[in-house]
Amino acid sequence: MSDPLFEYLCRLGDNTLVLGHRVSEWCGVAPVIEEDIALANTALDLIGQTQLWLGLAGEVEGKGRDADKLAYHRDVWDFRNLLLCEQPNGDFGQTMMRQFLFDSWHVMHLKGLMASSNDQIAAIAEKSVKEVTYHVERSTDTVIGLGDGTEESHSRMQNGLNKLYPFVGEMFLSDDVDTAMADAGIAPDPASHRAGYDAHLDDVLTEATLTKPEDDFAHKGGKSGTRHTEHLGHMLTQMQWLQRAYPDATW
Amino acid sequence: MYAQMIKSTGQGVKSLDEMDPDERAFQERINAGGKIEPKDWMPDGYRKNLIRQIGQHAHSEIVGQLPEGNWITRAPTLERKAILLAKVQDEAGHGLYLYCAAETLGVTRDDLTRDLLSGKMKYSSIFNYPTLTWADMGAVGWLVDGAAIMNQVPLQRTSYGPYARAMVRICKEESFHQRQGFDIMMKMANGTEAQRKMAQDALNRFWYPSLMMFGPSDKESVHSAQSMAWKIKMNTNDELRQKFVDQTVPQAEYLGLTVPDEHLKWNEETGHYDFSEPDWEEFFDVLKGNGPCNTERLEARNKAWDEGRWVREGLLANAQKKQAAKLAAE
Repeated sequence: MSDPLFEYLCRLGDNTLVLGHRVSEWCGVAPVIEEDIALANTALDLIGQTQLWLGLAGEVEGKGRDADKLAYHRDVWDFRNLLLCEQPNGDFGQTMMRQFLFDSWHVMHLKGLMASSNDQIAAIAEKSVKEVTYHVERSTDTVIGLGDGTEESHSRMQNGLNKLYPFVGEMFLSDDVDTAMADAGIAPDPASHRAGYDAHLDDVLTEATLTKPEDDFAHKGGKSGTRHTEHLGHMLTQMQWLQRAYPDATW
Repeated sequence: MYAQMIKSTGQGVKSLDEMDPDERAFQERINAGGKIEPKDWMPDGYRKNLIRQIGQHAHSEIVGQLPEGNWITRAPTLERKAILLAKVQDEAGHGLYLYCAAETLGVTRDDLTRDLLSGKMKYSSIFNYPTLTWADMGAVGWLVDGAAIMNQVPLQRTSYGPYARAMVRICKEESFHQRQGFDIMMKMANGTEAQRKMAQDALNRFWYPSLMMFGPSDKESVHSAQSMAWKIKMNTNDELRQKFVDQTVPQAEYLGLTVPDEHLKWNEETGHYDFSEPDWEEFFDVLKGNGPCNTERLEARNKAWDEGRWVREGLLANAQKKQAAKLAAE
């Protein structure tokens, strides 16, 4: 295993990079202008957080790679994001369900990181948590609004939940990297958030008149990088294309 | 300029003596530099003309998201991606407060949107051109936003209060947009051979379409004369185009790029650049719907609107349920 701190920071930065990219795909084509603005806002926050996490990852690694080098010059197997983040946008309902499932975890995780023994991590978490508190508020409201809206909006939100729920479990799995972080007081053990997350999810889904799938099966392989979905490669071909095609250029 | 070929009353401008008392008081207020506010009396023609102009401006901001949105997922660095996202987000915001300004004149955003989607209302011709390389993000900011600013800065003094105030905020953001565009062009023009080639190619493709943004000469236009008397148009198209050329040519020289006009030269006598007119036949083709991207742009907006219907209906239904529950509890 490479340096667990580097691995861990790549997980944080790749989550925000990949999800921020996905959200940015909505630019200009959202259902209503206010949503266009809000989605761009979320994407902007996530890309900003990526610059901080991957910037720190590059420093920790000490090999001269900065945030851009890490974002644009690694291939699929080096990405450490949760599988949930790379799932395609689908319709607006699926996008907002993905956002809600991620935000609900993200805000808890960041709050835990504010007490990190690593000052830089605590500082980035403190800055990010303000943004993410707004993200979770908004995605929660949207899931409730559309879940308990019309028959069509309800059924689309339920489909989104059914499709994405198998990607929830990965957020709470612990591996050697997580154990090393928890032992060093750098980050909370992911499993410790499960109960709080489930309680929040149950409250919101009840209000949204949506039903949580009974099967708790969890896909995994994103944060370890061992098995991403096919979607990530396509995203990278687009995201990294200019950097790869013109390696001598600065932009 | 994001509003082109706006029709006014089609009649000549009346003298003060020809006007009835309301109209005369209205015109005198404008002549004295006063602002017209939503609840004030205004001639029907003024109202209609403004709805067309502000509506077209708002549509341009919304459709204008598409050619730049085209490059967000391919932006070459995290910083460039963030800046471009912020810029396109600004355009959506501009659209939003322009629609709000239009709503003060008694039309709804949904009415205007329907007219955009059906093709009845237009948006600026410039957004029917494709963005083919990353340098186009520079050219759009530098030239397209640069041309827009030429028109929008004077519109901060326009006679209709809500429009003037919207324009103050828009101008602040547009000047940031233009600077970021020029910054991309600087990087490209001073970059590798491939980047310089992209930068020149972008200038070649966007130069004349940018000149077209001001619209054909309107020295003789009765529509423009009326709009200028009402102070909802502050300068002629030719004045603004000349100002744009005078400002932009030295910037192109600074970048080491060549403006694609063999007749371009400094005229000592006039103190301005002489330049070639764009191909106005092409302009009218684009206006008629035959630009390179008209079909895609309108399809993209229609698709977004149609596919978003269930979202708008769902959120509305939820809000109504909540309101009903609140009323029942009272």
